[in-house]
Amino acid sequence: MPYPESLNKLMEKVVATRPARVERKKNDEEFPPLKLEEREPVLRNFHPDFIKGTRREIKVGPSKGYAISNEIVDLLEAKSRVNPYLINLFDPDFETDILIIGAGGAGTAAALLAAENGAKVTIATKLRHGDANTMMAEGGIQAADKVGKDSPYYHYLDILGGGHFVNDPELVYTMVQNAPDALRWLEGMGTSFSKYEDGRMKTMHGGGTCRKRMHYAADITGAEIMKTIRDEARNHMDMINVIEFCPAVEIALDDQGRCAGAVLYNLETAEYLFVKAKAVIMATGGSGRLHIQNFMTTNHYGATADGIVMAYRAGVPISFLHTVQYHPTGVVFPEQAEGILITEKFRGAGANVLNIHGEQFVYEREPRDVEAACIIRECSPKGRGNGVPTPTGKFGVWLDSPMIEMLKGEGTVRKEFPGKHILFRRFGIDISKEPMLIHPTLHYQNGGLDINCKCETNVPGLYAAGEVSAGIHGENRLMGNSLLDVIVFGRIAGAQAAMYIREHDEGGPANLDHVKRYNEEVEAAEIEEERIAPMILPDYSNPEVRKKQLTKDYFGTLS
Amino acid sequence: MTKPSETTEDLLVPIFFMGKRYDVPPSLTIQKALEYAGYQHIRGCGCRGGVCGACGTVFRIPDSYKLQVGLACQTVVQPGMHLMIMPYYPGNRSSFDIEEMNGTGGEVASLYPEIFKCIGCNACSQGCPMDIDVMHYMAQAIRGDIAGVAETSFDCIMCGLCASRCPAEEVQFNIAILARRLNARHIIRRAEHLEERVKEINNGKFEIPLRDLMSKSKEGLKELYKSRETEPQMSEDDWKPADARYV
Repeated sequence: MPYPESLNKLMEKVVATRPARVERKKNDEEFPPLKLEEREPVLRNFHPDFIKGTRREIKVGPSKGYAISNEIVDLLEAKSRVNPYLINLFDPDFETDILIIGAGGAGTAAALLAAENGAKVTIATKLRHGDANTMMAEGGIQAADKVGKDSPYYHYLDILGGGHFVNDPELVYTMVQNAPDALRWLEGMGTSFSKYEDGRMKTMHGGGTCRKRMHYAADITGAEIMKTIRDEARNHMDMINVIEFCPAVEIALDDQGRCAGAVLYNLETAEYLFVKAKAVIMATGGSGRLHIQNFMTTNHYGATADGIVMAYRAGVPISFLHTVQYHPTGVVFPEQAEGILITEKFRGAGANVLNIHGEQFVYEREPRDVEAACIIRECSPKGRGNGVPTPTGKFGVWLDSPMIEMLKGEGTVRKEFPGKHILFRRFGIDISKEPMLIHPTLHYQNGGLDINCKCETNVPGLYAAGEVSAGIHGENRLMGNSLLDVIVFGRIAGAQAAMYIREHDEGGPANLDHVKRYNEEVEAAEIEEERIAPMILPDYSNPEVRKKQLTKDYFGTLS
Repeated sequence: MTKPSETTEDLLVPIFFMGKRYDVPPSLTIQKALEYAGYQHIRGCGCRGGVCGACGTVFRIPDSYKLQVGLACQTVVQPGMHLMIMPYYPGNRSSFDIEEMNGTGGEVASLYPEIFKCIGCNACSQGCPMDIDVMHYMAQAIRGDIAGVAETSFDCIMCGLCASRCPAEEVQFNIAILARRLNARHIIRRAEHLEERVKEINNGKFEIPLRDLMSKSKEGLKELYKSRETEPQMSEDDWKPADARYV
């Protein structure tokens, strides 16, 4: 839907202040960033993490007593989807060396490295291969590879500052030191990064970076990476078997407590299947589809925290889930595109963020949590009340994309942001001429399963990589570090798991005893509501229709 | 989520999903309209943001003979439309070892000899929900212009709608990704700074400064963080920091 008259009227103020703002940008005169000590009060008053009543302590499991978002606790205080006593683990449906759960960036990178190291791999995934948040990542991937002006030293400092200085130092060290090699690996596989004629990678700033180290493939960087590594996985079908539309619902352990495979649920035939494996890599990604605090989300349809639920039941502790990342810029108008990510790259390229008066109120490259909190403060009636009202009764602020044309030349927006240009064009909005209306949107699960720098969890033979894991980003991730995370740690997990299976003999028979015990623990904790988990898919179907869906027992696949 | 805005709640419009009528709010995308009708998507739904290629959709609207295409997550319903989501389309794919190749047109032709069967009918381009000029890149592939194919096809989401329309039975999207990979690997120059930096890291250049950072207290780190020198927004790669000890 094109902008209605009411918004066109308000947009005039943006147009009026634009020439002066462009001039300032050209002279490197930036809106003053908040000082480190000024960040804290804004976060405390306006970041959704600090709203009372939105978190509670988990009553069961290895991290009992840890207070995190109610929506995630709901899943951890739930019983298994399937009665563990009914599953036959003696007669596996599939056998493999390494089972990878999840087929996004981390899972696919892990598969390639595991196969390269001689392991037979099975990937089980909820939807299709590549249906993941990696596919949707837009802005870029960080690596400190510009010799002479940047280094892993500064990359490390930026990550710690963005994460509130509580990140796991070994994990951050591992990521920044492996970043250039990860980029080289992707380049060698034929990933189309944006480059200069001489082969140099184009790089730009992201929020919270002191050096321009964001590499990109226009504004569809994640899609370009995902398509490339998926295509490479398809070159190795002798080693990598992909089972689609079969999410894992429980992992299985052997008699020595080592990971021994997983139970899958075939979404189309409603069968439960057992995959026997010598090692398992959890790469299920994040949880935006839980709609924490009812926020709209940028996340993929399948992002429902399944991996956290499964591994937690098997005894893997969780951390850093007390903070959730809200991306500063999600679409708030038109309604049809609500929640869709508008890459930080727009701000990296110079676009200002503006209130109803067409005025700047925040430096546009603050770390994400700070930027989001400042935008919420501007929109909220409890804050400054300077938000732009949308026809659907919400508030947003302007992201002034036409500035980029004035800074970098006509046609830049179409060329550098083809994905967003076509998205808005479908609704009759030309973002090279008109600004976008945005509001913070649920984006990233900062924490998850505890791992070490070999991607090992505390369960032998169970590895984790990517958004499902914890510690790398501390309490707040910077832009461009999640694509990096999935590639660096996906590769490590694949190589480490391949080494592990060479060094360990097969254990005794697999069992689901931990699931039986967990169900009993949930029962003993006297949790009022009866819930089952993992969620697998969010339910957006019409509640009026749901009321009439009365069948509860299965007959074949008809529920 | 599937909540129509209040103004439209009473005014529902009919759509026909695989021939079956549902009345839905006119402001919704096809994807959300089907959820409004009571469906829970399993196939035909992925990123919900127009980049993953799961929900390619074909439809016709009343009073037009034209077969139209779109993505279910991006296309708003139209009264009386008949539609079908095509979550999958069979497509052959040839395996290759990119290390052993040189990025020539001949290599693409030997993996996909059927490219020469293209009759230039343009049904593929008309069937592309991303508005890619598919026929043009097929012509570029036939000419051996790998860089051209890479550029023209860059936005491809591999939904398969092009292949579904092709009378010559081509699988355009697999040819396109092969060309993009060959172009990036063998035609575009490699980044020398990457190679150099990887060597520096392997030689342990940053080991001591990084280990030193890792041993610092939170307060010590904060001081270093605050005193970082920030590269100017408008600078190019020739910018040099004043403190060059760790770069």
